[in-house]
Amino acid sequence: MTAKQKDKIWTAVLYAVSVFVVILLVVLIGLIFYKGRNALSLSFLFGNPKVGAAGGGIAPMLFNSFYMLIVSLLITVPLGVGAGIFLAEYAKEGRMVSIIRLCIETLASLPSIVVGLFGLLVFVKMTGWGFSVLSGALAVAVINFPSLTRVSEDAIRAASASVKEASLGLGATTWQTIAKLILPTALPQILTGIILASGRIFGESAALLFTAGMSAPPLNFNSISLVNASSPFSLLRPAETLSVYIWKLNSEGMVPDAADIANKTSAVLVMMVLIFNVSSRILGRKIHEKYSGKN
Amino acid sequence: MDIIKTKDLNLFYGENHALKNINLDIKKNSVTALIGPSGCGKSTFLRTINRMNDLIDNVKITGNIFCEGKDVYTEYDVIDLRKKIGMVFQKPNPFPMSIYDNIAYGPRIHGIKDKRTLDEIVEKSLKGAVLWEEVKDRLKKSAMGLSGGQQQRLCIARTLAVEPEVILMDEPTSALDPISTLKIEELMDVLKKKYTVIIVTHNMQQAGRIADETAFFLVGEIVESGKTEDLFYKPRDKRTEDYITGRFG
Repeated sequence: MTAKQKDKIWTAVLYAVSVFVVILLVVLIGLIFYKGRNALSLSFLFGNPKVGAAGGGIAPMLFNSFYMLIVSLLITVPLGVGAGIFLAEYAKEGRMVSIIRLCIETLASLPSIVVGLFGLLVFVKMTGWGFSVLSGALAVAVINFPSLTRVSEDAIRAASASVKEASLGLGATTWQTIAKLILPTALPQILTGIILASGRIFGESAALLFTAGMSAPPLNFNSISLVNASSPFSLLRPAETLSVYIWKLNSEGMVPDAADIANKTSAVLVMMVLIFNVSSRILGRKIHEKYSGKN
Repeated sequence: MDIIKTKDLNLFYGENHALKNINLDIKKNSVTALIGPSGCGKSTFLRTINRMNDLIDNVKITGNIFCEGKDVYTEYDVIDLRKKIGMVFQKPNPFPMSIYDNIAYGPRIHGIKDKRTLDEIVEKSLKGAVLWEEVKDRLKKSAMGLSGGQQQRLCIARTLAVEPEVILMDEPTSALDPISTLKIEELMDVLKKKYTVIIVTHNMQQAGRIADETAFFLVGEIVESGKTEDLFYKPRDKRTEDYITGRFG
């Protein structure tokens, strides 16, 4: 067989593989949307779940998912990006950094159920917060921290490669160089990392089962407080998210239409992830264009 | 008058003795070329002048470099030093932002916020680097869209914007085509009226064309230095003669 023939065969194989993956994805998403096609109704999206009767909604879980996303990102992003900056720009390669890297990689490979149990012991029991938004957000932060650190470190390294010296050569300090030059340049890539992390927050169930709990108190927007358990914005109330709700419906659902609700919830979840991804990418591109000048 | 004086400068990268007893004085408002084969220490010496070697671990320096009579390693704050001694790198490295923001970056870092002042600095710097006419209608566009030669002149303009006294250039034309190279060389002739230029170059013809003074480096030592025409036409050292006549290097 000549090199050219081999090249053709491998090209065909790789095309086939990617077509297969695309088909798989389309079928999967198509199936989820088809089964949950009735999800877009106000009574479902904004109604409260019912006990022992059909026709319940998912309003509290929908809210909880978003709130969990925000709280968890508020914890993960500063830590992950900060650690990325440290590893890329400040850390001198050596024993200490090797140990840090080893820890981060180990953390990355922890199964989420283990993180959940760890969260149950530490964030739920030891702190006395109980099943709460805060415990859940911290547990998911543990899951997201390693990958976001990795993405940020790589992005910052790539962004600083050729321009860092130029900036220092102009008399900028290291911090000025990072804040005014490197971070804005690395933003699109870091944003991709944040989007991936968000997907994991939306989708995480195992770690949240044991930390954020499996109950979703009805939302009462009359009370705005970060600690008062009756407020929807309370960090110290249990908060069942959409994916935990799906898990619960499928394992111990007590309502007659559990399967239907689970299907519709899945569709809503996928839709939310899509909307979130697309809008944050658009936002990121706008910010980047503003910074980098148009071509 | 000598703006930069070097006294018994030695530099070690770990065990490697990269610069040996360098004594070189740089005349104000002149172009000084540092020539020599790869690895001879000419770039290392250049980066020692504005302390870019501070960024590398394991570097040890003995001896002194003085800029306007003050020791750059003990009597200068590194920020002030780098404002005074700007640097242009081998590969054009514009920041991924607009042309305007590239030039305004340095002044903004040093605290200039007033839009009018910045506008003036940008125009003056771009004119100083003979780039103004080519980019004045596209200041808000990305600098990454410029050609390699324009990018390098942009980098020079960016350096001029912080009003340095000395400009270090590390093989600034080695990544450029002949026409862009010619433009940069012409620019150096203009620059030396206001600034002192020290340029590392691989290209001996370039040194011959643009430099008033030339220093020849070989394995970490300065073999010979002096007026460019003397060094090229009446070399005192056999090794200089061998190098410039192309017997090695």
